[in-house]
Amino acid sequence: MSAIMLETERLSIGYSPRRGPRRVVAADLSLALHAGEVGCLLGPNGVGKSTLLRTLVGMQPALGGRVLLDGADIAGLRPRDLARRLSVVLTERIEVGQLSAYALVALGRHPHTDWTGRLTVRDEEIVRWALEAVGATDLAQRQVHELSDGERQRVMVARALAQEPLLMVLDEPTAFLDLPRRVEMMRLLRRLARETNRALLLSTHDLDLALRSADALWLLAPGGGLHSGAPEDLVLGGAFEATFAGAGIGFDRRQGSFQVHPPAERRAALVGDGLLGVWTARALERAGCHMVAAHEPAALRIVINGDEQAPRWEVTTNGGPSQQVASLHALAALVRSDAF
Amino acid sequence: MANAVPISTESPWPRLGLHPLALLALLLALLGTFLLSLSLGSVRIPLDQVLTIVVGGQPARATWATIIYDFRLPKALTAALAGAALAVSGLQMQMLFRNPLADPYVLGVSSGASLGVALVVLTVGAANTTLLAVVGLLGNLSLVAAACIGAGAVLGLVLALAQRVQSSITLLILGLMVGYLTTAIVSLLLYFSIAERIHAYIAWSFGSFGGVTWSQLRVLAPVVVIGLLLAFTLTKALNALLLGEAYAQTMGLNIRRARIGIVAGSAILAGAVTAFCGPVGFLGIAVPHLARALLRSADHRVLAPACTLLGATTALLADLAAQAPGSDTVLPLNAITALIGAPVVVWVILRRGVARGAFGV
Repeated sequence: MSAIMLETERLSIGYSPRRGPRRVVAADLSLALHAGEVGCLLGPNGVGKSTLLRTLVGMQPALGGRVLLDGADIAGLRPRDLARRLSVVLTERIEVGQLSAYALVALGRHPHTDWTGRLTVRDEEIVRWALEAVGATDLAQRQVHELSDGERQRVMVARALAQEPLLMVLDEPTAFLDLPRRVEMMRLLRRLARETNRALLLSTHDLDLALRSADALWLLAPGGGLHSGAPEDLVLGGAFEATFAGAGIGFDRRQGSFQVHPPAERRAALVGDGLLGVWTARALERAGCHMVAAHEPAALRIVINGDEQAPRWEVTTNGGPSQQVASLHALAALVRSDAF
Repeated sequence: MANAVPISTESPWPRLGLHPLALLALLLALLGTFLLSLSLGSVRIPLDQVLTIVVGGQPARATWATIIYDFRLPKALTAALAGAALAVSGLQMQMLFRNPLADPYVLGVSSGASLGVALVVLTVGAANTTLLAVVGLLGNLSLVAAACIGAGAVLGLVLALAQRVQSSITLLILGLMVGYLTTAIVSLLLYFSIAERIHAYIAWSFGSFGGVTWSQLRVLAPVVVIGLLLAFTLTKALNALLLGEAYAQTMGLNIRRARIGIVAGSAILAGAVTAFCGPVGFLGIAVPHLARALLRSADHRVLAPACTLLGATTALLADLAAQAPGSDTVLPLNAITALIGAPVVVWVILRRGVARGAFGV
């Protein structure tokens, strides 16, 4: 088993304002992340994900317990020494002026350079390596404000990489990206963790991607409870239901995703299978139907005719006259309409 | 970008140069302007004669040496020092507050100096003291001392606040409020003062490089040099702040210490200049923008020396214009800096499209 890179010992997080009582967000957290692993921090909004991340990177003091980075308590590290072991990619969109992507990544060498900030040959080599590692070589000359969100995020990861950290912490690195960019970013982060044998920790709202990509999942629940383990452990153990309970959404363990539809009102039987059958069922579920097997009694009966090139749907309700539709849009509209 | 495919012979890596050629050009421009400002004035002295005098030779007319040594050289040196100080101070403030509108005076230092001067000019002596007596009492030095005390008091206050407050924006607002407070007190003093004294105060507030003597330069020059050196040692911190305070912190920068160093150095620069030259406006806000646009760089290791050279040059040019060469008239310096400078800055910023790029405000 690879070395433990990040470990917390009975960590308490929260705020202790100068006046008033201190507010504990979560207590007694014991977590571990190994070298080469990608950890994902998940949880509903306002549950304290940011507080936990800020505490883990030393931007705010722990209320109790310790954060160990490669065995060293981060509270005892000087800022510069901490910056050499730990780098961060924040959610906030940075706005800089006349700065090339290369110069931006070079800023990551800050904790390694002397007081003048002069880059040595080795510093520049690492900057180039970081840009290559995230596949941003062709962006090096570009001005940062010209980059797209996805390109900019890759460059920010390169900057964090140029700090040569043992642990990289990313706060919602996929927040502003579209789906292909998100998948690309997660793939990149996994590859970086494996190839450089560093530990990566990221917070995200992207449950699907986290379930598929994370080596370790930390699920922070309201009230300060925390479930950790492999994504599959947490699904099987029912941690998702516990964490996101009560918000009017259910977690489908089989599919590993949340159900977005309200509870179904009507039973619908579908005759037909294959790809057409799957997507017809999806459309009917969205229209408020509870799907049952073809032979079971149901208020609504839908029969698929034709093939994928020219599909037809025949709808009957309570044994009444049947209607024909030629698209799922029309079918859903018919099912939702008052006629039924 | 059009050239998406890099040419194989060309390195894909840009050079993070310190723009030595550009800095050399700025230095030459400064030297040229400096000589020009010694040459031009109510009496025009040929450039070759200026050079002769500066290297210690005998000029064609003896009075020329007197004019240069007693008047133009101290004034040109003052202008160069003040311009450099204000430009570097402005650069620091714009970066610290991540605000392209910040200038050396956002911390209220010049307001403090104004208050000190106003207190001396408007209230010293009995109400029936004649203006002559006031001027005699003031001399140059008491004005300078008053401005120093005022600027120093505000500096101390701002530094004390800088140690306490969490964010630089809070500090910015506090500095602005201190400025408003002192301005209000000055207004009250002006309201209850007599016309002659008000005039003396307003003359000071126009700003001038002309009133500084050699003996005062012995104070101003070392203070400005120290402030500039302090600023140069903090360029790495300023670069770290490019990405914002949160990132700077994660890169190992001690924000609080850096902030105090920047605020102290900047306030010393601005305070010293205001004390000796009055509240000279515009240079501090404009020169950093000009430097960024000219060098197309955000690296403070380049921008700090560039602002030093460009600030000195700009101040000399403004002073030249205020002299209205060939005439005996001297125009208010502050009016000239803004009148000539503001359109230039607007033009540069629009042309380069750096308005958005400066900080992305």
